[in-house]
Amino acid sequence: MTNVTNINLRSRSTPYIISILLAGFFVFPGASQAAPLQDWLYEDLHGFVEIRNGWRLDNDVDEKDVSIAEARLQLDLSKDIFDGSMKFKGDLVGDAVTEELRPELRELNYGFSPTDIMDLKLGRQILTWGTGDLLFINDLFPKDWESFFIGRDDEYLKAPSDAIKGSLFFDMFALDLVYVPVFNNSNFIDGSRISYWNPLLGRTAGRDFILEDHERNQVFRDSEFAGRLSKNIEGVELAFYGYYGFWKTPEGFEPTSGKVIYPRLSVFGASARGAIWNGIGNVEFGYYDSISDKKGTDPFIRNSEIRFLTGYERELAREFTGGLQYYSEYMQDYDAYESNLPPGMKKADKFRHVFTVRLTKLLMNQNLRLSLFGYFSPSDEDVYIRPKVHYKISDNLAAEAGGNIFWGTEDHTFFGQFEDNTNLYAGVRWSF
Amino acid sequence: MNRIFFTLLTALSLLSFTNNAPFAAESPAVEEIVNKANLASYYGGDDGRAEISMTITDSQGRKRNREFVILRKDIKDGGDQLFFVYFKKPSDVRKMVFMVHKHLDKDDDRWLYLPALDLVKRIAAADKRTSFVGSHFLYEDVSGRSIVDDNHELIQTTGDSYVLKSTPKDPDSVEFSSYTIWIDRNNYMPMKAEYLDKEGRKYRTVEALLIKDIQGFPTVVKSRVKDHVAKGETVSEFTNIKYNVGLAEKIFTERYLRRPPKAVRK
Repeated sequence: MTNVTNINLRSRSTPYIISILLAGFFVFPGASQAAPLQDWLYEDLHGFVEIRNGWRLDNDVDEKDVSIAEARLQLDLSKDIFDGSMKFKGDLVGDAVTEELRPELRELNYGFSPTDIMDLKLGRQILTWGTGDLLFINDLFPKDWESFFIGRDDEYLKAPSDAIKGSLFFDMFALDLVYVPVFNNSNFIDGSRISYWNPLLGRTAGRDFILEDHERNQVFRDSEFAGRLSKNIEGVELAFYGYYGFWKTPEGFEPTSGKVIYPRLSVFGASARGAIWNGIGNVEFGYYDSISDKKGTDPFIRNSEIRFLTGYERELAREFTGGLQYYSEYMQDYDAYESNLPPGMKKADKFRHVFTVRLTKLLMNQNLRLSLFGYFSPSDEDVYIRPKVHYKISDNLAAEAGGNIFWGTEDHTFFGQFEDNTNLYAGVRWSF
Repeated sequence: MNRIFFTLLTALSLLSFTNNAPFAAESPAVEEIVNKANLASYYGGDDGRAEISMTITDSQGRKRNREFVILRKDIKDGGDQLFFVYFKKPSDVRKMVFMVHKHLDKDDDRWLYLPALDLVKRIAAADKRTSFVGSHFLYEDVSGRSIVDDNHELIQTTGDSYVLKSTPKDPDSVEFSSYTIWIDRNNYMPMKAEYLDKEGRKYRTVEALLIKDIQGFPTVVKSRVKDHVAKGETVSEFTNIKYNVGLAEKIFTERYLRRPPKAVRK
């Protein structure tokens, strides 16, 4: 494949068409009986039209100067059918960077309660759990890092899953189980739109060296399982998590084909969140068991690690909130990693530490929002800052501008590798 | 519930007690007025449902609208309560849910559900005197100000009202220095509250514009908050009000944030 993004989108366009047919099917008969079609659409058809443009500040030789240039229409339809509800949400995107017009199906699902204590949701859906703020440990649902880094709306950081989610609600606890028949990877940074550090080349690469991934696409063999057991005790939310599947971004390399791969992974972890010191505090950890490299001796597969985060958020003044998080990755089998590292490869640290800061200020009857989110890693010596200004011109019209600022002392660190992709963007959205 | 909303409207919050009510002899004790007003405003029935349409007008006359459904359930009359607020308009907040577990003995627990991200976010309850959804109503107007946060004094009894002056016990925690509230002598509904800022200027008025009897409960169906300093006002209208709906306690949990109950979706 030439482009991971395209592959993802292509594989998603077939269900998109089916979904439109389905949407038409269930939607229109019901509507015509109860009320005129126009009334129903007026009530239940929503969405937005948006235009968004962004530019790189540095002259990145590997990428286009335009970081984002797109017009987007989103339609959102929902309808109660039998005892459940059907939901459709899809985008049509005119993308001047990739020079294509593409549909993106974000949601097409049916949710219902077969029994009093059970909910089921089937189909394409957005799934989220865990306690981190733009940091994820036990949330192993797909992300779209490319959208995040080029300045699309935050909504697009969460990529959809084609899944079955079942939830059971007992008096003692709630249990969520998610089954994904065919692995849904995250949209990772492959070089097509954002340049990255390529450890094999030993340099930054972009469109001159787009990473190819070895897709996992076999039903059943490439399935994912995720579960959460949760309970709210006197306002403290406790949860235990388990996951069996694959690294969501390609954390492995296959020397024979030259492709990046998604090695097997299982994760278990726990989290707690509650009110403390006039704010909200949270802790979460996860043990990432890299099943295909148990001993950590395979230099082409990421080692097992322990991930931990803790955070605190509170109101600092009227309409002004601040949040702080600490996050770390602790590599297991570091000695094995060190002794098997091919010569010339940049060595990762045993610990990676990251602090994040979030500041949000609301002004003008909450119509103007100034926000800043920053990642700072003392171990990698790199920084990623996301400033944003969002103004609601009216109930339907909003404008926003922001940036994705990367900086690092070295070219191979997590955020430092994206330094040449630092960009500013602006957009206008009409919602209906 | 509506009164619940009254809540919305009123600053009911307003009420609390003092131990030395000067008019205790001829009128009901101030504690009794405050308690009854609190129950009348925020605790009608065992639970309730209402649809609210807010029109926010800023100092330059620009209008914005908010529409949402509120569910309320009382754990105990005059005690802890559960609130579920489901947004319908404008479209950028559609299907978002704001949920509050109100506690008298500790900070409230609050959640916000963002459907586009399937994200259940916990919100700090520290400052309750911030604007609710950009309107002139405050969070505390929605879920109620604890009656023990202020000292209350009965300053006048008119033909139809008890007039109370309430002063915060912790002045640094709020933006007002005191407020005066007019409570209907017949049904104990707060009809109007006027807030004075730290300089003693009247800067905020909360009023019940229309009260109707619903299932035997006097209920505010239209209310208004005016900001006299920054200018601007918010008018709230309550429709489809129903008490004693029979809402289950489980509705006020994460399960129903992710899958809103029929009671709000209709």
